[in-house]
Amino acid sequence: MIPAQFDYVAPASVEDALAALAEHGDDAKIIAGGQSLLPVLRMRLNAPEWIIDLGRIESLRGVRDDGDSIVIGAMTPHSVVGSDPLVAEHATLITRAVEHLADAQVRHRGTFGGALAHADPAGDLGAPVRALGASFVIQGPGGTRTVSADDFFVDLFETAIGDDEILTEVRVPKHTGWGAHYEKFVRVAHQWPIVAVAATVRVEGGTIAEARIGLTNMGSTPLRAAAVEAALAGQPATEAAVRAAAAHAAEGTHPPSDLNGDADYRRHLATVITRRAVLAAAGA
Amino acid sequence: MTRISLTVDGATVADDVEPRMLLVQYLRERLGKTGTVIGCDTSNCGACTVHLDGQSVKSCNVLAVQADGATVTTIEGLAQNGTLHPVQEAFRECHGLQCGFCTPGMIMQSVDLLNNNPSPSEEEIRLGLEGNLCRCTGYHNIVRAVQHAAAQGSSTAGATS
Repeated sequence: MIPAQFDYVAPASVEDALAALAEHGDDAKIIAGGQSLLPVLRMRLNAPEWIIDLGRIESLRGVRDDGDSIVIGAMTPHSVVGSDPLVAEHATLITRAVEHLADAQVRHRGTFGGALAHADPAGDLGAPVRALGASFVIQGPGGTRTVSADDFFVDLFETAIGDDEILTEVRVPKHTGWGAHYEKFVRVAHQWPIVAVAATVRVEGGTIAEARIGLTNMGSTPLRAAAVEAALAGQPATEAAVRAAAAHAAEGTHPPSDLNGDADYRRHLATVITRRAVLAAAGA
Repeated sequence: MTRISLTVDGATVADDVEPRMLLVQYLRERLGKTGTVIGCDTSNCGACTVHLDGQSVKSCNVLAVQADGATVTTIEGLAQNGTLHPVQEAFRECHGLQCGFCTPGMIMQSVDLLNNNPSPSEEEIRLGLEGNLCRCTGYHNIVRAVQHAAAQGSSTAGATS
C-alpha cells in the first residue's frame, strides 16, 4: 500500500516549520517519527496535500536538566528517552513505560512528542506524563505557551495543540527517588495495551506517602486514578492495603468496548492491574 | 520529485523520488535490493527491517525522503568479501528459519539486538525480537541462532552495520 501523493518539506527550524504550517494550513500534516502517521497514510485513511517533516530540526531533540524539572525535546526518539540517565533518575515512570512501548524498531524512529501529540488513548506515554504532572510547551505564530497535562488531552486523537502550532518540548517535574512501574496488559506482543497502569509512589519507612497513578485506554484520553491516589496516601505498602485502594481504579472512567474486551472487563482489569502496578512501584 | 542522496550497503546513491515513496520501495524497486522483503505492509511484521544510521527500522514505515543523507544497511550488505556475517552464519548453523520469508528482518533485528546487548538472556532475545513475526512460528530455532551468535562473540566480530 502506497500513500496518496503529497508535497514534502523538511524545515531546519521551528520558525520555518510554523511558516510552512501557516502557508498550507488545513492541507498540511506534521510528521515527527511517522510510526503512527505513515500506516494511516498507507491505508489512505488520511491524504494531506503537504507533509511537514520535523526530523531535520536538531533543537527539538534531547533531554536536559532544568532545575526542578527535566525537559524532553518533542523529537527525541523513544529509544533515546528510554536510555537517558536523567529520565531514569528523575522520571523513572517514563523509563518503565518506554520499555514496553511498541517494539525496538518503532522505538528507534518514533518520538516522545509525536506519540503524545497523536493522543491515541491506547498510547503508552499519556498515562505516565499525566501521573507525573508534566506540562507541554507549544509554539505558534504568537509565541510560546505552556499547557498542563490535565488540559493537554482533549479527546480521542485530539490535544490542545492548535492547527497553527507545534509541540516543542515536555517538562516533567522531578520525582527523584520515587518507585515506579508500568503494568501493561496485552494479548499480542508489541501491541497497544487493552489496559495499562502507570504508577509512581514515594515510600517512607514502609508507608506510601504519596502516589500518582495514570490509566491507559480507560477512556478517550489518558486518566488519573484520583480515588486510588487518595486511598493510598498514608497507607502501609502491603498487599492488603494496596488491594483495597486499587478497588477504586475504575471510578470515573469510561472505557471502550471492542474486540479485546468490553467496558466491564476493562473496569475489572483496571483494579487488578493497578494493584500489581502499585505493589511493584512500592517494591512490596 | 525530491532529490535524495544516501549510502546503501556501502555505495553512494542519488535519485529523484516522489515524497510518498517508502524506503522499502526505494530499496527494492530502484536499487533492486529485493533481499529486503515486504511482509505485512502494516508495520507489524518486521520482515522489511534494515539499519538506518546504525539502528534497526521497519523500512515500510520510513519515507525514502526521510533517509536523505543517511547510511542504510540491508541484509545484502551484511556479508563482507563473500563471508557471511556471524549472525547469518548462526541462523544457518541453527536452522533459524522455516520458509525463510521473515529471515532478512529477523537477522537485521538480531544484529541490532546484539550490537546493544552482546550477551542477551533468552527473555531479552524474545523481547528484542518482538517486532518481528515468523508465521511458520519457528521462534525456538531463531532464539537459538541468536544465542549461538552471542556465544560466538558476534558483536565483536564485525557485527556492526
